[in-house]
Amino acid sequence: MMDRQEKGDLSLVALTKSFATFTAVHPLDLTIPQGSFFALLGPSGCGKTTTLRMIAGLEEPSGGRIHIGDADITGTKAHQRNVNTVFQSYALFPHMTVLDNVMFGLRRRGDKQARAKADDILELVQLGQVAGKKPTQLSGGMQQRVALARALVNRPDVLLLDEPLGALDLKLRRQMQMELKRIQQEVGLTFIHVTHDQEEAMTMADSIAVMNTGRIEQLGDPATLYEQPRSTFVANFLGQSNLVRARVNPGGTDHIVTVRVHDTDLEMAREHLPEGVDDVWLGVRPEKLRLGEAGGPNHLRGIVRDVSFSGVATQYSVEMPWGQELIVVQQNDGTARAALGETVSVSWAAHHGFALDASQDAEAGAELVDDHG
Amino acid sequence: MKWIKKHLIAFAALAVLGYMLVPNVIVAAFSFNDPKGKFNYNFNEFSTEAWTNPCGAQGICESLGLSLQIGVIASLSATVLGAMIAFALGRYRFRGRSATNLLIFMPMATPEVVMGSSLLTLFLMLGVPSGRTAILIAHIMFCVSFVVVAVKARVATLDPKLEEAAADLGANPTQTFLRVTLPLAAPGIAAGALLAFSLSFDDYIITNFNASPSSITFPMYVWGAAARGVPVQVYVIGTVMFLLALIVVMTAQLISSRRHRQVV
Ligand SMILES: Nc1ncnc2c1ncn2[C@@H]1O[C@H](COP(=O)(O)OP(=O)(O)OP(=O)(O)O)[C@@H](O)[C@H]1O
Ligand SMILES: [Mg+2]
Repeated sequence: MMDRQEKGDLSLVALTKSFATFTAVHPLDLTIPQGSFFALLGPSGCGKTTTLRMIAGLEEPSGGRIHIGDADITGTKAHQRNVNTVFQSYALFPHMTVLDNVMFGLRRRGDKQARAKADDILELVQLGQVAGKKPTQLSGGMQQRVALARALVNRPDVLLLDEPLGALDLKLRRQMQMELKRIQQEVGLTFIHVTHDQEEAMTMADSIAVMNTGRIEQLGDPATLYEQPRSTFVANFLGQSNLVRARVNPGGTDHIVTVRVHDTDLEMAREHLPEGVDDVWLGVRPEKLRLGEAGGPNHLRGIVRDVSFSGVATQYSVEMPWGQELIVVQQNDGTARAALGETVSVSWAAHHGFALDASQDAEAGAELVDDHG
Repeated sequence: MKWIKKHLIAFAALAVLGYMLVPNVIVAAFSFNDPKGKFNYNFNEFSTEAWTNPCGAQGICESLGLSLQIGVIASLSATVLGAMIAFALGRYRFRGRSATNLLIFMPMATPEVVMGSSLLTLFLMLGVPSGRTAILIAHIMFCVSFVVVAVKARVATLDPKLEEAAADLGANPTQTFLRVTLPLAAPGIAAGALLAFSLSFDDYIITNFNASPSSITFPMYVWGAAARGVPVQVYVIGTVMFLLALIVVMTAQLISSRRHRQVV
């Protein structure tokens, strides 16, 4: 099935889009390796769709260049680019059958094997039996797969997916995530997947760019983004974070530094401390905290204010002497559970903490996370 | 009593339908009349004479032919022009767009007598002779408005994302138009064309202002004949037109209901 030469990485160089009154995408530099599953993650209105539309050729950039491999495609029209899009609303042609929808791109290029290729791809997305139906006769999940097949069958250099799973219910969405990932590995094309669901981005992508108000906040593989966020926005948008105000103590070893949180000295890995800042937000993920002393050398004492049991885990809210509540998520592994109002110790290991420049808003990004995701 | 109550709406609908169809039924019935004297106003005797010899009345088929010819040319031209205007108005922002939107309604809003007489004045000034060409120009002019309205309504419901999807899949602007935009707008265009044809075929007032003795359209023929006694053939042609219209409407209904069933 592979009939196209490998074309190389997609790179965006200082790509910008300004509308009349405001800038939707600030100069954006990004290289997406060929064959990778790349996620563009960010809250609503941060410029994800605009970025995709510029790559597809549906929106003209205000500045910057777009390259695929060595070719500069900035000036070409949408229909001249070997880039295909799976639209958020699917945009299937209602007057054509599923098969004709899928063959549309191949026919434009006069592909002699259009029919065979379309049959193959419909088999891949398990829609062979509905090839003769009109899109409106299909369920949402099936339409989504038709849209995917219609784009995939052209073997584009880059496949753009604009929140393709947004309209599906949770269960179907999880199922389609696995399916998409499987298909991407099977066909080996470059996928750029836009989403505002952080869990979706983390389960599917090889690397993620977190976007905020038209800029990329941080770029990396899911684990790095999660364990070592570089801004409070990323720390809050990608999962939950406990952020407490701390001051870095002078000295320490090559590996460990201590920071002072109110009256307590706490240890953290030096490599997780940004250079040249003394006032920091010390961050720890809720699942890295332990009730009791067993979690590590760092201890804080507080009172349990809220307990919520969710089956696999229990989430506690522990109030610190200075009034802040820390979220602790404890696996339901048979250890005793703490009761409401109990005074407990919260502990964690030095390498689980990360520090962020305290000049940032500790709440940035937290209010943008949608819970249904 | 209960049964009547239950079906009251059906009775009401039948009554209204009957009210609307009585003229057509009368026309159909009298097309089988063999009138005594010149006027076909009393049913005298059953006859199929007019049906077997529809061109029997002098000049009737010439006028019908002329009306059909003008109707076809006018509706086709108006459909092409009107569809293009509708696409432009529905798809693009340009200077003068809102003015065009407003002005396109003018021919629909102007009384026909006023339009007919002012067109005659214009044609006289420009030296366009009365007759077939003048009638055609006038018909195309007022039909365009109706086509624009019909097509624009359809274009407004089209998702621009579909055209983007076509471009994204490698279709150039011409292919996108022919394969996606046009098929999707087709019902609106067909409706506009039919409307234009029936308006042109039916028009008397504007036509009469701009006609010459050698360009007698069917409505003019009937109007002229009414004074002397309408030949039975007019009833035959009237009945045929009604049946044709019925077939067209029913076919359209059938197509759209089949489409609809697929949607659900
Ligand atoms: N044609 C336009 N004219 C003016 N502003 C626009 C236009 N298109 C988009 N914008 C603005 O650009 C910003 C980014 O829009 P974009 O659609 O890229 O967001 P997004 O990240 O895809 O959001 P969502 O998750 O809601 O789809 C938004 O604030 C939007 O209002
Ligand atoms: Mg979007």
